[in-house]
Amino acid sequence: MGFFIEATIGGLMAGMLYSLIALGFVLIFKASGVFNFAQGAMVLFAALAMARFSEWFPALLGTESKVLGNVLAFAGAMVLMVVVAWLIEKLVLSKLVNQEGITLLMATLGITYFLDGFGQTIFGSEIYKIDVGLPNEPLFLLEQMFEGGVLVNKQDLYAAVIAAALVISLALFFQYTSTGRALRAVADDHQAAQSIGIPLNRIWVIVWSVAGFVALVAGVIWGSKLGVQFSLSLVALKALPVVILGGLTSVPGAIIGGLIIGVGEKLSEVYLGPIIGGGIEIWFGYVLVLLVLLVRPQGLFGEKIIDRV
Amino acid sequence: MKMKTLALAAVLTAVGMPALAQDKVQFFPSLTGRTGPVAPNATPFANGYADYMKLVNIRGGINGVKTLVEECETAYATDRGVECYERLKGKHGGATVFQPLSTGITFALTEKVAADKIPLITSGYGRSDSADGGVFKWNFPLIGHYWVAGDTVLQHIAKKEGGWDKLRGKKIAVVYHDSPFGKELLPIIEERRKMHGFEVQLLPVPAPGVEQKAIWLQVRQQRPDFVVMQTWGVMTSTALKEAVATGYPREKMFGTWWSGAEPDLKDVGQAAKGYSAVMMQHGAEPDSAVVKEILAKVHGAGQGTGPKEEVGQVLYMRGVVGAMLAVEGARAAQERFGKGKPVTGEQARWGYENLNLSQARLDSLGFKGVLRPVSTSCFDHMGSAWARVHTWDGAKFTWASDWLQADEQIIKPMVRASAERYAAEKKLTRRAGTDCQS
Amino acid sequence: MFYRENGQFKTSYRSDSQIFAIAQDRVAIGVLIAFALIGVPLLADEYLFRAILIPFLILSLAAIGLNILVGYCGQISLGTGAFMAVGAYAAYNFLVRIDGMPMLAAILLGGVCATVVGVLFGIPSLRIKGLYLAVATLAAQFFVDWAFLRISWFTNNSPSGSVSVAGLSAFGIPIDTPVEKYLFCLVLVMVFALLAKNLVRSHIGREWMAIRDMDVAASVIGIRPVYAKLTAFAVSSFIVGVAGALWGFVHLGSWEPAAFSIDRSFQLLFMIIIGGLGSIMGSFFGAAFIVILPIVLNRALPALGDLIGVHIDTALVAHTEFMVFGALIVFFLIVEPHGLARLWSIAKEKLRLWPFPH
Repeated sequence: MGFFIEATIGGLMAGMLYSLIALGFVLIFKASGVFNFAQGAMVLFAALAMARFSEWFPALLGTESKVLGNVLAFAGAMVLMVVVAWLIEKLVLSKLVNQEGITLLMATLGITYFLDGFGQTIFGSEIYKIDVGLPNEPLFLLEQMFEGGVLVNKQDLYAAVIAAALVISLALFFQYTSTGRALRAVADDHQAAQSIGIPLNRIWVIVWSVAGFVALVAGVIWGSKLGVQFSLSLVALKALPVVILGGLTSVPGAIIGGLIIGVGEKLSEVYLGPIIGGGIEIWFGYVLVLLVLLVRPQGLFGEKIIDRV
Repeated sequence: MKMKTLALAAVLTAVGMPALAQDKVQFFPSLTGRTGPVAPNATPFANGYADYMKLVNIRGGINGVKTLVEECETAYATDRGVECYERLKGKHGGATVFQPLSTGITFALTEKVAADKIPLITSGYGRSDSADGGVFKWNFPLIGHYWVAGDTVLQHIAKKEGGWDKLRGKKIAVVYHDSPFGKELLPIIEERRKMHGFEVQLLPVPAPGVEQKAIWLQVRQQRPDFVVMQTWGVMTSTALKEAVATGYPREKMFGTWWSGAEPDLKDVGQAAKGYSAVMMQHGAEPDSAVVKEILAKVHGAGQGTGPKEEVGQVLYMRGVVGAMLAVEGARAAQERFGKGKPVTGEQARWGYENLNLSQARLDSLGFKGVLRPVSTSCFDHMGSAWARVHTWDGAKFTWASDWLQADEQIIKPMVRASAERYAAEKKLTRRAGTDCQS
Repeated sequence: MFYRENGQFKTSYRSDSQIFAIAQDRVAIGVLIAFALIGVPLLADEYLFRAILIPFLILSLAAIGLNILVGYCGQISLGTGAFMAVGAYAAYNFLVRIDGMPMLAAILLGGVCATVVGVLFGIPSLRIKGLYLAVATLAAQFFVDWAFLRISWFTNNSPSGSVSVAGLSAFGIPIDTPVEKYLFCLVLVMVFALLAKNLVRSHIGREWMAIRDMDVAASVIGIRPVYAKLTAFAVSSFIVGVAGALWGFVHLGSWEPAAFSIDRSFQLLFMIIIGGLGSIMGSFFGAAFIVILPIVLNRALPALGDLIGVHIDTALVAHTEFMVFGALIVFFLIVEPHGLARLWSIAKEKLRLWPFPH
């Protein structure tokens, strides 16, 4: 029983980490209707920037303080992501306005390749360290009730809290600020939003910057877990089922989807895995999503797809 | 569009054509993994390989014949590896030998090298059954393959416990890369399990292995006495971090020689203290004569391929050893086919099959204390089955065991049986003794 | 001036519904096929065959298959790698387990198995649409990847999970040398391209396109969505399965499941999007772009660097290759969002008027 709780808690926290990445997908899809294939590359790029800036800035400034180094690096990486967002909007999105979804998807793929190559060119292709002070020792709870206690990974716990905070603040942003309202308006209908004076270009830069911010946070957290190198962009593949399960247009859906996928994956690997040979984690999430979609084709919280004939 | 292709190809061949006057060189292509999922691990190998080849030229070449290295990036992808092979095999007078540093590419190239007559050195990876030269004429897993690694790591564990009989009833978990690379370790583990009665828990990790929480939760639940890891790239450091996070003692974790190098452990640092890995004879050798020579003559002259800090590290040394074996095989071939002129791939193959590196010779090359004698033959393409175990102390590696020798009594029959299966499937006949003389 | 249709009158329905209606087109295609069959084997060297032409042919076959599903029927599928893997492994099993099985039959039977799997994973398309379907088909991709790693029966119980074939021959002619492999693939690709072109021009093709454009309206006028979607999956998976078998047998010779990983699926999808959705010719263009361009870049960049005196190391070449590739994708999409095939059609349209401006 203790192990079941452990696996569930582990799954919930892994799920939160997936949702961090899924959020980026959802944000961009919500506001511009583009499925941003480049989210994984953005996570890697942001993490590389953070890792390298946290090496370079303290050396440039001559300080020894790690905290200052990390803060400066974070700020620097954020500025870089805003620049990237602006460039993407100017060079790619504005030229492909009104094209079909699949063309835009392909364009984000081109951006992925470009960011992958560019990031590794300026920052290098070795493993880099991000150390923002997230502790990594295990935490054992409820040792009296269960033998050996219930293991909770401290790093994942902090990450889950950060992810939750991020989601809440994003939800509040969308709901209560004028920019948030403008974003929702653009998501609803580009032309209508434009006709009432909402500047589409600026909105898209804002959206991609916010997605870049989310990518940066995800990159910092995943980067401290895994080390920053090429494979980091592959975590986006683990977040795809989360995006789809929650519905492509729903921020709370990203969280709930993440939790469900996380728990489902871990429990299936731990209990079902040994029976059929292990390694099923990789497809279980997708099969789960497939089954849910058969019942609800728009995902759990997505907008119902209405076909007008 | 086919015309476009041909026109493009024509332009490219013209642009990429080597100089008309061709010096006599011994061409060693280098298939690199400098980008992609295993870049941090494969880059030092490529740097070591290139640096040693430069050192050979400084020392006077192979009886006067200079070495030439040309790199081609594979990013650890099999089809790119095949394209690089096709591109490089005929250049500069013909490739001498290929070292793909990838089990996937090795499998794909095994089919092609026999027709193209270019040997393949797969030290420490590739097909374990290719040690049987009777079936695999062109493959050379020199100085070790996965079954040697598996056997020696289990020997080390048994020694620590006080003998093989003490392993009975104990549980050993195997965390492995879910691919032919990872699965190649399993047969020897299974063989030893049958002999000594320990339990084995198999935990495959799908590539690239960035999410291993479920694996290590299972480890925590099952509480194996030891964990053996056959992982590569980011999977290793992720595994160690998850082990730290679940509190599994690193002293009980043992990696094979692709799972125990600086890029895997630097990131984890102090938390990985106590983790051991079995090494294919050499480990990190910063004090060896060859490293000192490379630093002085190659890096000292500004010709170093990579950063200086990398020289002497585990994977760098693997590249150096790989280069040394490649060169010595060509040298041995020159003894037979004519000193002072470049040897073809086919001739070099004979050289790799008749490699006799004595300890004196190895010492003179700068490998004193690093390698033990290597001696291959027509039916034994491995040549040496020694290994030792090193442990991470938080900042660097220290030797934790004496020289271990894999038990050829167990391994040779396994190799032969697997090679026979391959031969039957491919309808090949075992080489006769007469074929060995070519 | 050269491309005018003046004087070319069609006097029978048969000639009116030719694939190449204009005589110049027929001549051009004839010349191209003759060149491909005769000229290329005489002119090309081994590297061109092994590293460029054979992968190009096989992947364009797979792209034709995927184009039928995505371009003509509108069902986005990201599981193509899985269907290729099923084709390859099934063909392998037929070849190895049944003595005397001819290779061509094994390959076609591999395609049949891929069809079965394809139809199975196509059933969700009856409920799920668009991007959601794309991710649902990823379930096929990962599940099949796992199955071929875990279930050792599929790999003939090989200890490493890697399989290989040798001694290929068709109708008694051995297929060993690069030229023979190239011609074998070329013939198969031509046959399948003709098959696909005729399918999409026919009644079933029009059903697919109707489903793609407006599936509710299509079902209203009597086109059965189940039949149309599942046949699209079936035909597409068959072609993709054959391509997968060819990839394993002819190009690689020895493969593991990673050869058909998700990267392959993405690569094929990108080929058809760049090449042009809903166009058989576009599949060829896209395959050429995605297969040949990286190699060209890989070889041209160091040469360019040497010209300006800068030594570019292999890692930087690989990164620059990525960057240029990504930038070119974006560029082509901006220039022509409907793919290279549309660019080609526009060029032909202009050619019909040339030298007049309109």
